[in-house]
Amino acid sequence: MPLAAPARDLSYAIERATLDNGLRVLVLPDSTSPVIAVAVYYDVGMRSEPEGRTGFAHLFEHLMFQGSDNVGKTEHFTYVQGAGGYLNGSTHVDYTNYYEVLPSSATELAIFLEADRMRSIALSQDNLDNQVAVVQNEIRVNVQNRPYGGFPWLTMPPLLFDSFANSHDGYGSFVDLEAATIGDASSFFKRYYAPGNAVLTIAGDVDPKQVMAWVKQHFGDIPGRKVAKPPRFSEPPLTSERRGVVEDALAPSPALAMAWRTPDPAKLTNYLPYVVLAEVLTDGDSSRLQERLVLQDRIVTFLQGYVGVMGDPIDARDPTPFFLVVHYPAEVTADTIIGAIDEEIERLASDGITEEEVQRTVARMVSRYLREVDPVLGRATHASVFEQQRGRAELLNELPGLLAAVTPKQVMAAAATLGRDNRAVQELRPTGGRS
Amino acid sequence: MNAAFPPLGKQRTPKLPTVSDTVLDNGLRVLAVRRPGVPLVELRLRIPLATPVGKGGETHVARASVLSETLLSGTTERDASQIAATLQSLGAQLNATTDADRLGFGASVLASGLGGMLELLAEVLTSATFPKREVEGARDRLVQHIAIARSSPSVIAQEALLARMFAGHPYALEIPSVESVTDVRASHLRALHKNRAVPAGSILTMVGDISPAKATAQVAKAFAGWQSSYQQQPTPHVPDQPGRVALLVDRPGAVQTTIRFGGSAPDRKDPGYPATVLANLVFGGYFCSRWVANIREDKGYTYSPHSSIDHPPAGSRIVAGADVATAVTAPALLETLYELGRIASVPVTQEELDQARRYAIGTLALGTASQAGLAGLVSQLAAAELGLDYLRDYPKGLEAVTVDDVLEAGARCYAPGRLTPVLVGDRAVIEDSLRGLVPLEIA
Repeated sequence: MPLAAPARDLSYAIERATLDNGLRVLVLPDSTSPVIAVAVYYDVGMRSEPEGRTGFAHLFEHLMFQGSDNVGKTEHFTYVQGAGGYLNGSTHVDYTNYYEVLPSSATELAIFLEADRMRSIALSQDNLDNQVAVVQNEIRVNVQNRPYGGFPWLTMPPLLFDSFANSHDGYGSFVDLEAATIGDASSFFKRYYAPGNAVLTIAGDVDPKQVMAWVKQHFGDIPGRKVAKPPRFSEPPLTSERRGVVEDALAPSPALAMAWRTPDPAKLTNYLPYVVLAEVLTDGDSSRLQERLVLQDRIVTFLQGYVGVMGDPIDARDPTPFFLVVHYPAEVTADTIIGAIDEEIERLASDGITEEEVQRTVARMVSRYLREVDPVLGRATHASVFEQQRGRAELLNELPGLLAAVTPKQVMAAAATLGRDNRAVQELRPTGGRS
Repeated sequence: MNAAFPPLGKQRTPKLPTVSDTVLDNGLRVLAVRRPGVPLVELRLRIPLATPVGKGGETHVARASVLSETLLSGTTERDASQIAATLQSLGAQLNATTDADRLGFGASVLASGLGGMLELLAEVLTSATFPKREVEGARDRLVQHIAIARSSPSVIAQEALLARMFAGHPYALEIPSVESVTDVRASHLRALHKNRAVPAGSILTMVGDISPAKATAQVAKAFAGWQSSYQQQPTPHVPDQPGRVALLVDRPGAVQTTIRFGGSAPDRKDPGYPATVLANLVFGGYFCSRWVANIREDKGYTYSPHSSIDHPPAGSRIVAGADVATAVTAPALLETLYELGRIASVPVTQEELDQARRYAIGTLALGTASQAGLAGLVSQLAAAELGLDYLRDYPKGLEAVTVDDVLEAGARCYAPGRLTPVLVGDRAVIEDSLRGLVPLEIA
């Protein structure tokens, strides 16, 4: 079957500068629509929070909306939404981001607002208490009060990893959240929210020269602080299989997650074959596991495979998990499913895979990626994380070509490393039957 | 420190996209917009497929649900795996969904694969085979998915709310019963597909890196074999909703109470619509709203209170909700009733109005700035018999709204007495305190 088109590199213009205080700045001009996205990526995530303070990176993200020098509590929202835009922030294992999308007339306003809270934030006990309560309700709605809540992104790390950094609950225990103090917040800010620990990206309908001038005007006087190199969180590979069970009183039927550790994502040529492999195994009715488990054996009702704790393969450092997650009816046993998955992986590792199967898998991956970077925000976020973790925002343009360069041999070799003795297998067992 | 806030610059007004609008000989309406950017095309196909009123409704919902799961399970030319592999080769994603009003397809494809995508879509529409084995598999999976959906408190609340608001109307039924799904046979699906998935009244939207004329010609060629004389019947109009007594659904041990409420809203063509949008925003439709400020940022009762206006074709509606910690259920309801009462009976400030207005106008433009966003909007507007001049006229309508208009809209749509609340939570803990605030029925 002929492919729709060979994957080709994109050609978004990227300009960069580094301010004297260490802030790295990217500008991606594009006048297609009169809109802009501004994103700030701080190089700190859940893995960097201290013991006894699980969930602190995320709690701190909430505090960044509670006011700064010139901006009152929640006024960040007032200014951005009042200018016709939307905004948010999110906390990941290796970074925390803040972004706004606005009509281009508000470009300088967005730059000013991000600079104001990078310069200093306003901390008060009332606001801290309030946001602890809000975050607890976020955890209730996303984890505690729903079936399969946190499975497997919160449940698997403690089985797959050993260090506190990699294995702890990044949403946080209620005890730790309640123990957080203003002092914790202020030292976290000082240590991690320095200009030299951030990447600022402006994408959209802007004049790059004008934008760089605004950036210098508003961010330039923020004093630089010493920034530590990003810590290494790598762990030695597993040498035997780990098994675990989580109980879920709300779930009506069982589920199963399997996870392996991928090679260090820093070396894309070693790593991308795993990203492609996840799709070969699980993307659509012609994927290996969908065909076998869902259509042929009919032992699974839903399955997915992906790389990365939170499902985005190219935004995390080492170590990073390769996940397979399945939901299945109560009358099927976990071992039946594991056996069938092992057979399929081993068949791929021994019999290989055709050029055609890899190419069509990559064709859809590329098309999905193009869809992500079509909106200015998608472009800004991808460029930011590439610059932050790899010093190469240009990967925004190069990723389609890199995916297309993955060979059948590499996918086969990657499959051969998904063994029975270097993985973690976690069953989710329904215990309540309550609905 | 008191730095000067930078003023807003001059906003460039985006040019309205040009829509090529063609009705083919078979009755299919084709909308095409050139929006280069990434080399992709977004497609949306809406086929009217209204759930019948009365006792056939439940059966229809079950069949329609299995239909959307098996449309891509085989054609006279290809089996499920070949269809899936073809989609991958084209760099395409394609999914089918059904609801009370329609069968919908959403797709995106590499621009160079558009021809192949249209051929495949036409093949599915004219020759889907619904193989017995695939239908049985999909049916069994759907039964499992329904059980999982119904274990989620937001689904429990949504189903209870729809049943309460739309009893006797197709909108009361969103998820079919397990029994009715189990009864679905491949022959039912073949008949439903052949008789009801027809071109007349259907709308295909394409947005992306295309030439509209060429793409429309490609559609005409690919879809020429899709023929039927069947004329669709629309879903009967939903009568205006009176407010109903609050319903409590027991969910023992729940750590949160899932609060939802619904009511009638004007549709996009109603002269009162822009004012209602602004009343909605000031009340609870965005982060800067009173409801968020009150029960989240002041009191910490919840993470994500939100109010919105939805536009199903047979009647627009308000849907709002917040998931609140069990222990503060009554206080959260109290504050919610207070904010609803306030938007319904006390004028908003000019500043609140202007703020909401700028948000509504600005985000409308942001929504059209991507291929996918523009495709969704063109498709939705067309289904509501609106054109892209709406993007010019609706902001004008918003500009004209006064404080009095917002008060009128608030009284019409947001007065607590006009809304129907549903609460899903731990009855043993919350019932007494709720009864002190509002009349309550127990599900």
